[in-house]
Amino acid sequence: MLEIAIKGSKNYWLWIVFLLAVIGVGTIAYIDQFMNGLMTTGMSRDVSWGFYIANFTFLVGVAAGGVMVVIPYYLHDYEKFHRITILGEFLAVGSLVMCILFIVVDLGQPTRVLNVLLYPSPKSMLFYDMIVLQGYLILNIVIGWKLLEAERNQVEPPLWTKPLIYLSIPFAIGIHTVTAYLYCGLPGRGYWLTAILAPRFLASAFAAGPAFLIILCYIVKKFTKFDPGWEAIQTLSKIVCYAVIANLFFFACECFVVFYSGIPGHTAHLQYLLFGYHGYHALVPWMWTALILMSTGAVFLIIPQLRNNKTLLPVTCAMIFFGAWIDKGLGMISGGFVPSPLHHVTEYAPSGPEIMITLAVYATGFLVLTILYKLATQVKEEVRG
Amino acid sequence: MMKKSRRSFLKVAGIAAVGLGASPAMNFASSDISHPVKSKNEKALTAHRWGMVIDTNKITDEVVESIVEACHKNHNVPDFNHEVDEKKYPKTRPVNHKQEVKWIWEEEFHNAFPDKEDEFLAEKFHDLPFLVTCNHCKNAPCIQACPTQATFKREDGIVLMDFHRCIGCRFCMAACPFGARSFNFRDPRPFIEETIPAFPTRSKGVVEKCNLCAERLAKGEQPHCVEASEGAIVVGDLEDPKSEVRALLNEHYTIRRKQSLGTEPSVYYVM
Repeated sequence: MLEIAIKGSKNYWLWIVFLLAVIGVGTIAYIDQFMNGLMTTGMSRDVSWGFYIANFTFLVGVAAGGVMVVIPYYLHDYEKFHRITILGEFLAVGSLVMCILFIVVDLGQPTRVLNVLLYPSPKSMLFYDMIVLQGYLILNIVIGWKLLEAERNQVEPPLWTKPLIYLSIPFAIGIHTVTAYLYCGLPGRGYWLTAILAPRFLASAFAAGPAFLIILCYIVKKFTKFDPGWEAIQTLSKIVCYAVIANLFFFACECFVVFYSGIPGHTAHLQYLLFGYHGYHALVPWMWTALILMSTGAVFLIIPQLRNNKTLLPVTCAMIFFGAWIDKGLGMISGGFVPSPLHHVTEYAPSGPEIMITLAVYATGFLVLTILYKLATQVKEEVRG
Repeated sequence: MMKKSRRSFLKVAGIAAVGLGASPAMNFASSDISHPVKSKNEKALTAHRWGMVIDTNKITDEVVESIVEACHKNHNVPDFNHEVDEKKYPKTRPVNHKQEVKWIWEEEFHNAFPDKEDEFLAEKFHDLPFLVTCNHCKNAPCIQACPTQATFKREDGIVLMDFHRCIGCRFCMAACPFGARSFNFRDPRPFIEETIPAFPTRSKGVVEKCNLCAERLAKGEQPHCVEASEGAIVVGDLEDPKSEVRALLNEHYTIRRKQSLGTEPSVYYVM
């Protein structure tokens, strides 16, 4: 089936070359980081996780979001999603590739990464994160590939894929729950130490993932002969609507508890993110942008006329996707580290090389996604033609 | 029938003889495996659970300075203010002081004890320097977080690190409620004024922190900070009611950092 990926239009190849160029530039930046250490990043003693872990966290959500197509189709026999389930599964694969790369580029000693397997530590949440992330990646590769192959040969998919599909549902919830547990189980970090963190992560994941999937459906429709179907997109947009409202609601719950109780160790972080703390406010404009983007997006999705507007919908989805990225990426990680456990304020901004490496990881994910989507759409075209 | 059983008897006897002959060697080998000879220095200082008591009344700026210097110098902790030897380390890039490494350092009261911040705190505490370091917690969150067991607890309560196993994921830094851990964002060696051969230098990409001078306790010596403290710092066995630290805890009112988190810090401050 892979042979499909090497036959494409001029635009296809231009896009591939562009992605490879971004990967190339990022690789040079990474070689420098590998040789000289993480000093090339904007991270510090106080903010010891930055852009890499932020994007990792966000993309775990995008990967988990794919399950929002799988559940209606496989558990509720929602036929409209038949054509896009494969897109959801391949989106998960692309996102997980990025997640794993973000973890690797964040390590101080990447050559020792196998120590995690050599000395398995069941008390560490990272141990479980590794298991669920790899499990979900393998599940989605196998399921996506087998279903597509069956579609191409116009036969029923093998029977054993069914239990794997059902298994992938708890795994999807699992990857994001465990990722939230990385943060919310740490005693000294007031911003993360909240039981709402995992539900909030899932809500924003189920908003950002399907929102991105809608944008991808538009792209697929524009550049290939495959039409994912307007009805499927409409249903997806309703899912995004519910999820983004849940996300905003959970955030409001967090704000209420923190500000009404007024416990300093917990208020300091939200204070820093929303209003500034001791004269430091680098993230304040970002956080308000995120909140405005997500709430406006929610309003646009609630009003049927706006939701059904074919031109506005991708814009709404982009707003929600970007809003969730700021909230979960930029705010969630930096917000947890500022102020530090000793109540010092060290602000964080990613460095140039850090951004280049991040872009290269995104480009790698998009390369995988492009190839997989090329296979999927081509096979669907063949079958119909 | 008879013939056969005789043959099998001989066979068994033969095997048994070989086994008997080999058994002393086998015993020797197996005893060697199950009971390794522990070569422990007889002078080594031991405890059921090591703890530290810092008398804040005896800590002055000068004492702080000599303590920090003694610890950092003897553990090859890099000093980013140190001028790099250009001949030995050409093209060393400028430092980012936010990426510094420190094992023990000075903080103000409201930073060392943010949960005990008091609007009307006694003035003397405002100006006092407070020494902070790894608390060697009984329930250390850093140990729980580490995905490779590079951070571990010794039987005597000291939280130690294996610098060669650490993958540099920095999960422990996020987990520590005391900011006690530092990451080597770069090769620390150009910033070590004089390398002390008795303690290993670290490479880039690993986390490090105070080890309660485990290497000195093993030789029967007091930690560097204790020696340099002019009596302000005492280490000893928290679980021994007759120890000096327990006597100090009995006589004085002491506090610990962020006690409410339940990590059970082993460092006490006499107020």
